[in-house]
Amino acid sequence: MNPIKTEDIARRLARDIPDGAYVNLGIGLPTMVANYVSPDEEVIYHSENGILGVGPAPERGQENPELINASKQFVTLLPGGAFFDNAQSFGMMRGGHIDIAVLGAYQVSAKGDLANWATNDEKYPPAVGGAMDLAVGAKQLFVLMRHTTAKNEPKILEECTYPLTGAGVVTRIYTDLAVLHVTPEGLRVHELHPGNSFEEVQALTGARLLPPI
Amino acid sequence: MINKIVASMEQAVSDIKDGDVVMIGGFGSSGIPFHLIEALRLHKAKDLVVISNNAGVGEEGIASLLRDRLVRKIVCSYPRSYGSIWFERLFEENAIELELLPQGTFSERIRAGGAGIGGFFTPTGYGTKLAEGKETRIIDGKGYVFEKPLSADVALLKAERGDRWGNLVYNTAGRNFNPIMATAAKLTIAEVSAVVEIGELDPECIVTPGIFVHRVVVRKGGPV
Repeated sequence: MNPIKTEDIARRLARDIPDGAYVNLGIGLPTMVANYVSPDEEVIYHSENGILGVGPAPERGQENPELINASKQFVTLLPGGAFFDNAQSFGMMRGGHIDIAVLGAYQVSAKGDLANWATNDEKYPPAVGGAMDLAVGAKQLFVLMRHTTAKNEPKILEECTYPLTGAGVVTRIYTDLAVLHVTPEGLRVHELHPGNSFEEVQALTGARLLPPI
Repeated sequence: MINKIVASMEQAVSDIKDGDVVMIGGFGSSGIPFHLIEALRLHKAKDLVVISNNAGVGEEGIASLLRDRLVRKIVCSYPRSYGSIWFERLFEENAIELELLPQGTFSERIRAGGAGIGGFFTPTGYGTKLAEGKETRIIDGKGYVFEKPLSADVALLKAERGDRWGNLVYNTAGRNFNPIMATAAKLTIAEVSAVVEIGELDPECIVTPGIFVHRVVVRKGGPV
């Protein structure tokens, strides 16, 4: 077993973002992906509150308190960027205009079901934000997560046990052990990170995997 | 002559009543009409239904309305954030009703409310807990959930500049829900940094045309 670091998962995922893509990075770990996209590529980042062309964090002292991303962090706008209202922003998602969304997950099923907004703990107040709209609307949905929970329980399952964000919406899963593709035949290991065998990854997965082609 | 400028925050919110449905613009701390919210808190209308994306953090803004127990129900997409202590406390005490909506459903329902649309079918949430009890339909092989429009008695907005006709422009991502909420309330009140002369705002760039806005009030000092 040889899990890679979280920033290396982000680095691996960034390689699969093509030049010219319109991309929405979910809150938390997915925001790291922007650090690894080649500066030679023009990738346009969408932020759900109403921005296209999100740029890097501002210099200290240069923050505009109104200019924040979905994670509520101060950002900048790149030349060519635009602001719009939230209804138009979510029209971009549902209308299929966002090429790739990158989200974290509690659980993903072999069919590409995503659970990332709530656990089964009823006393904990729920919050959903834009996750469900992104899940149904983005042309491709990449999940970036560790392969198992902190207790080594599988997060990739035949069926999710947590409430669903969307059914059959995930197209790829990038973990610290492997890259997996959701295909009509089933969940296929596309690539194993060095030092991990198919059998080892299968043992830490709660769904049957197809070997790399 | 049309003059929608009012002299004070206090005057702007003076006829908000107990039980009113109040839309409040903002996402996180961006685009929140903090001054109007503070005037509303001091005005003490209670049993309010608040429609806003978040439920406030710390002690300011919507959190202060919750702390003073002026809100009966909140309709939002992301009530729980780092520091949303008052929402969490009232939720635990069962002292506030929550209607949770996916964010795009939230904003589209407001847009529908302002545009005279009687509802719409959205794919968002289909097959999830948030669609339970709602009408669904399969359209061209894809599942959709029926959502009704949202409208309000009052909308409180934050804009950057406005004129006496109520035309508004915003500051960057502070725009967020403000322009759609402007359309969906019987009484729309905007706090602005500055009032400009009629004709000064570039007509190609006016985001909210004045027809939607009833009162404009300038904020002075205090938090942005």
